[in-house]
Amino acid sequence: MIQPAKPDLVTVNIDGKEIAVPKGTNVIEAARQVGVDVPHYCYHPKLSVVGNCRMCLVEMGMPAVDPVSKAPIMDPVTGKQKINWIPRPQIGCATYASQGLHIRTQTPQIKDCREGVTEFLLINHPLDCPICDKAGECMLQEQSTGYGRGYSRFIENKNVKPKRTLLGPRVVLDDERCILCSRCIRFCKEVAKDDVLGFIDRGSYSTLTCYPGKALENNYSLNTVDICPVGALTSTDFRFKMRVWFLKQTNSIDTESSVGANTVVWSREGVIHRITPRRNDEVNDTWMADSGRLLYKAVAAENRLASKETLDALIASAADLLSDAEGAIAVVGSGRSSVEEQFLTRKLADAVKARVFLVARSGAGDGILISSDRNPNVRGALITGLIDKLPSERLDTLAGGIDSGEIKAVISVGEDLVAAGITPEQLGKISIVHLGTHASSTSDAAKVVVPTLTVFEKSGTFINQQFRLQKFAKAVPGKPGMHDDLDALSRLIAALGGASLPSDLHELWDVLTKELPALATTTYRTLPETGLLLDATPWSGLRFPEGETLHFKPTASGEGVKA
Amino acid sequence: MIFKHIDEVGYTPDIDCYLRHGGYEVLRNAVTRKPEELIDQVKKSGLRGRGGAGFPCGVKWGLVDRKSGKPIYLIVNADESEPGTFKDRYIIHQDPHQLIEGTMISCFANNVKQAYIYIRGEFPIGARILEQAIAEARRHNFVGPNILGTGYGCEIYVHRGAGAYICGEETGLIESLEGKRAYPRIKPPYFPAVLGLYQCPTIVNNVETLCHVKHIVEMGGEAYSKIGTPNNTGTRILCVSGHVRKPGYYEFEVGKITLGQLLYDVCGGPLPGRTFKAIIPGGSSAKVLKVGERYKGKRKVGAEMVDYDWGIEDVPMDFDCLAMIGSMGGSGGVIVMDDSVNMVEALANINAFYSHESCGQCTPCREGSLWMKKITSRMVHEEARTEDGALLKSVADQIAGRTICAFGEACSWPTQSFVAKFGDEFKGYSENKKQPKVSGSLELI
Repeated sequence: MIQPAKPDLVTVNIDGKEIAVPKGTNVIEAARQVGVDVPHYCYHPKLSVVGNCRMCLVEMGMPAVDPVSKAPIMDPVTGKQKINWIPRPQIGCATYASQGLHIRTQTPQIKDCREGVTEFLLINHPLDCPICDKAGECMLQEQSTGYGRGYSRFIENKNVKPKRTLLGPRVVLDDERCILCSRCIRFCKEVAKDDVLGFIDRGSYSTLTCYPGKALENNYSLNTVDICPVGALTSTDFRFKMRVWFLKQTNSIDTESSVGANTVVWSREGVIHRITPRRNDEVNDTWMADSGRLLYKAVAAENRLASKETLDALIASAADLLSDAEGAIAVVGSGRSSVEEQFLTRKLADAVKARVFLVARSGAGDGILISSDRNPNVRGALITGLIDKLPSERLDTLAGGIDSGEIKAVISVGEDLVAAGITPEQLGKISIVHLGTHASSTSDAAKVVVPTLTVFEKSGTFINQQFRLQKFAKAVPGKPGMHDDLDALSRLIAALGGASLPSDLHELWDVLTKELPALATTTYRTLPETGLLLDATPWSGLRFPEGETLHFKPTASGEGVKA
Repeated sequence: MIFKHIDEVGYTPDIDCYLRHGGYEVLRNAVTRKPEELIDQVKKSGLRGRGGAGFPCGVKWGLVDRKSGKPIYLIVNADESEPGTFKDRYIIHQDPHQLIEGTMISCFANNVKQAYIYIRGEFPIGARILEQAIAEARRHNFVGPNILGTGYGCEIYVHRGAGAYICGEETGLIESLEGKRAYPRIKPPYFPAVLGLYQCPTIVNNVETLCHVKHIVEMGGEAYSKIGTPNNTGTRILCVSGHVRKPGYYEFEVGKITLGQLLYDVCGGPLPGRTFKAIIPGGSSAKVLKVGERYKGKRKVGAEMVDYDWGIEDVPMDFDCLAMIGSMGGSGGVIVMDDSVNMVEALANINAFYSHESCGQCTPCREGSLWMKKITSRMVHEEARTEDGALLKSVADQIAGRTICAFGEACSWPTQSFVAKFGDEFKGYSENKKQPKVSGSLELI
């Protein structure tokens, strides 16, 4: 990781509190650091600054100096350097820190500015919070409460604009709620690189719309819903489903690809209602792909596997089955398994002296937050020693082994062998122990099926393309008849005569820290929510498939470092 | 000076006529001089921009970033949209070559290789005249890759707007010229002199301002600065409209004529049987002046501070004096209203214009301008409440000084000043309004 050069720090004074910030930090961000809230709508830390909402107006001043001698002019009363305050309020989003900058946010003038802007934003707003999905997480709602007057002087008719416009397959627009902050327009242009949104008409009749013949259908369209400061843009998937204040938030990781976008899973009473991105400036900023938001549907899918037998019974039949094939067992591991599961899979393979195969899964990278490696945790397989090279041993070797009779049994940890290229005929020749979440040709053909948990029902870690170790937590409990992966694996290892390993995540991490030098400095508990960058040098010779994405640039040798 | 030949019988806008009257001689001379010297002359002249803000032209040129290595652009702002102002159109229609000559001299002085004339969309004839004039000038080598054989080259392009007042705001104009919605840019950082057209240093000058450059270079900055009054040099064109006997364009030395002289002596006074009631001295966005009001204070004349005590007919028509009495010289559009005018209805008309023209980018102006329009429109057409005047002023106060561009002031100053000066009329409007008077202009509202 290349360390950025130490930025020039400047001291600014915000409401009497001094703080040193990098030169060029804007006032909103600097104020945040001293605990001063500068309300805003159009400003977004990851988008360009347009300064159109005028909510972040602040008073700005600079220390007075003599125009000729440049000597400081002192205030005889306070004994400090005099401050020249600019009479006009300035926007905080486009006022940048310079040495000695003074900001006041709590003066009568600023209070009046905020009340004025709030009143203006509300006069043509429908005020339909009781039926609005944004209620509870709406910036307009919160800031109107905090900075508005609390009553209306507007007796005219409100503007009428289009309601319930379908901008694309996943986003609905209510133009009357729109406060014209242009965040969504800037997002599409600057981040999604799909310039489809714009304003038509002018003045208060300005209306957000798609360009003629176009639709907001890119795979990042739902980010516009997240950043919409009001309820103008809503998600077709989440609309009218649940009040946000009822939902529990659990930090998770997007499993779509090796980017490992940080996410929040929103659930209530064991049911997941939506997934949104979680800010991580080193990985996904504040964005995630639409496709990753729908992955929660797998939890309640009709083809979820569940067993009537106890885990003990399942493990006993698996051990029984595998004892017949001693010396001819192969293990198919998964880049979708967590680091902990991969570690146990390695131990399992060691216990039965099996060869290990890892299913590759690739697709076109989009250059933003989906990489060409569609496994979230191939780096984990390397670090845990599940595989030692890349590409790992190919599955056609496995197919050959089955045909030649060399391999008589396969333990498939979360992978569908047919989807990976083994024919159903070949499956018929071998005994299969399958750990998996959803019904597939492999689970159909398997003699023993251990139903396991999806990423939303368990805790663990992944290592993304930057070699960043990131953790996810259990959002909802697994249903009856489904078994914890770590529990299943550790019991299977024990039943096959391997070492006795803990199935509890934290106890297992004590083992991981001891056995794996790459993970020696951390544990699941101490791992920061934004992840930990691991040393990638041992793997610098390998060729990774990923191309460039948002915060990732592959090096010539194929090894990736953070952009 | 600008109108020297315009009204002569037989004076036509073609290049032959212009050349017969000594046209392009100043350019011929200018290209033999050092650009810095020309800029210096403009600085010495004290010329102030004629577009509205009255910003010193030489200072504007001095702010241009000449070290960036990027090309410098010059834009002629011919988006004359301020209600009450119609001088630039007349110059373009009658004497386009004067503008082109002034533009080319300014381009040469600032080492500009590409100039644009951004002309208002509602001026199709003006655009055609300019296109033709540029073609003629190109044939005579006054415009093009090798001007008058000096090796210096500069092109002028005419760009037509699409009908929006805000395109006259210089950064809005630049956005529009770049092909986008004319949303004014935030300053800082987007000062045209540094980050203007295509993020390059850019000079935006009004049509009349550039015509003056020609005369400054011709007579020298020093001599020009002696015309008019100190700090308000040269001549300017005043466009008088409304209830006077002789409305029209009049060119005067700046500050050498008072408002009273202009209205009574030049324009022939009020219509028969009427008396003047209110004057807007610098385009509809300037604050209104009430006839009969007196203004007292001290002002600087030369090095001394002098007391003044003016009725509005005593006010000299220059930038500083009009600013002193709380209005502005603006774009030179003098709008005269007599006692037949109801001020609530007049404001309703102005508010209708500004709410229609607000670009909608920033909140206070977007919402406030329409709210003010809805209030005044309701007062005129439906029910008027006694508290509406105070509400109007409060709304206007929430706009002025808090927006991205000067439109915030443009749309709130009329309301602020109308209510402040004719507050009784707003309070009593509901009683006085026996039957709604809907004149032709009010149907627009």
